[in-house]
Amino acid sequence: MLRRFRLEEPETVAEASELLSRFGESAKVYAGGTELLLAMKEGLVHYERLINIKQLKSLRQIKSDNGAISIGALCTHNELETSPVIRQTLPALHMLERNVANVRVRQAGTLGGNLCFAEPHADPGTLLMALGATMVADNAAGRREFSAEEFFVDAYETSLRDDELLSEIRIPVPGAHFRSAYLKFGYLERPSVGVAVAFNSNGGGLSDVRIAVGCAGPSPRRVREAEALLDGKSREEAERSLAQAGQVAGSASQAISDLHGSQDYKEHIVGVLLKRAFHGAFS
Amino acid sequence: MAKAMARRSEAQLIPLSFTLNGRLQEIEVEPHELLLDVVRDQLGLTGAKRSCDVQVCGACTLLVNGRPVSACTTLAFEVRGCSVLTIEGLAEDGKLHPLQSAFIEHGGFQCGFCTPGMILAAKALLDENPAPSEADLKHFMHGNICRCTGYKKIIESIMAAAQQMRSKS
Repeated sequence: MLRRFRLEEPETVAEASELLSRFGESAKVYAGGTELLLAMKEGLVHYERLINIKQLKSLRQIKSDNGAISIGALCTHNELETSPVIRQTLPALHMLERNVANVRVRQAGTLGGNLCFAEPHADPGTLLMALGATMVADNAAGRREFSAEEFFVDAYETSLRDDELLSEIRIPVPGAHFRSAYLKFGYLERPSVGVAVAFNSNGGGLSDVRIAVGCAGPSPRRVREAEALLDGKSREEAERSLAQAGQVAGSASQAISDLHGSQDYKEHIVGVLLKRAFHGAFS
Repeated sequence: MAKAMARRSEAQLIPLSFTLNGRLQEIEVEPHELLLDVVRDQLGLTGAKRSCDVQVCGACTLLVNGRPVSACTTLAFEVRGCSVLTIEGLAEDGKLHPLQSAFIEHGGFQCGFCTPGMILAAKALLDENPAPSEADLKHFMHGNICRCTGYKKIIESIMAAAQQMRSKS
């Protein structure tokens, strides 16, 4: 059962930001509701007001814009999995979105809501880090841009300011030699471990290697030490370093022992997924 | 009573106009009211079931504009201007939908608790993809849980209905 709350329906981003300033912690932004309503039904949180931002149509576009794919924060997982632009230019994101939770969650849940709620056992943040995504946040005063790495702070905590809305996620349009993959593993309803890998491979060697790990610990993390083990190497050399890179990424994942598995187990799975994701990126 | 009325007067009422199984409904809801409760308790259609309450099991599945949603986690005001279909609206003029007939014929249910959600999700699948492979079907339906059948007969039922619907159209 949900406790009673009031509904605000701003028509612009600035209005929404003003409502957030005015009501502070007694109000919360509401989009798809797939995470928020569960926490509210469970009685874990209560807000006097929900600020429904679904009327803000400008936050619901997917477009190719200035060398980047721009995704409005209100795009649902279903809109992303069925978007031809995403399928063609960012196949790893297409596959990730196609496999988020189930068909009903994909229908209601938004990418922005998923990121802002920062539930540790979520997929998109990890891949967005490997894809070099930029987050765009708006408030009544203006706009701020920062990397996906700067966005995630801790479990359920982001670097968004109190009056800011995540409005857009920008992903650089990959070049011809770009390869990427995201793999997850879990036997509960939510993923237990997620690993993303991305790099350029033009025959000579690998460059711009990016590796990120999520779900195992409190928030997704990029693992530069693991990237360095593969960067600049030929595919064959990199394959020989994969086991070590996996170990490094596992330790860096800040895995915790919980219902999803022990810390050791999750660290091991990170290594397994990294190997598979690396090979998958080439196929 | 006076207390209840006072509470009611504080309530924020949202006019909600939508079609339910093809018939226009004009009601008022409060922001926190869930679609499942409105459909079951206020409008008396109890086909959709509350079960897991966290969007995992699919027993509360309704179709909103043809797409499956978890009514247990959908705020009722969200269906403003939408077309909502429940299992009660699936048969036409007393004639069962091919999916309903196929579930009966192929034993696609035992206790029946998941069946309304299962059939509505399957309808959304077949409307989108009239000739699904078994892999397509499993991918689309994996969020609808049945604890009796072991799924084999559900898959057979949906495949049979798909064939029946294709041969008709």
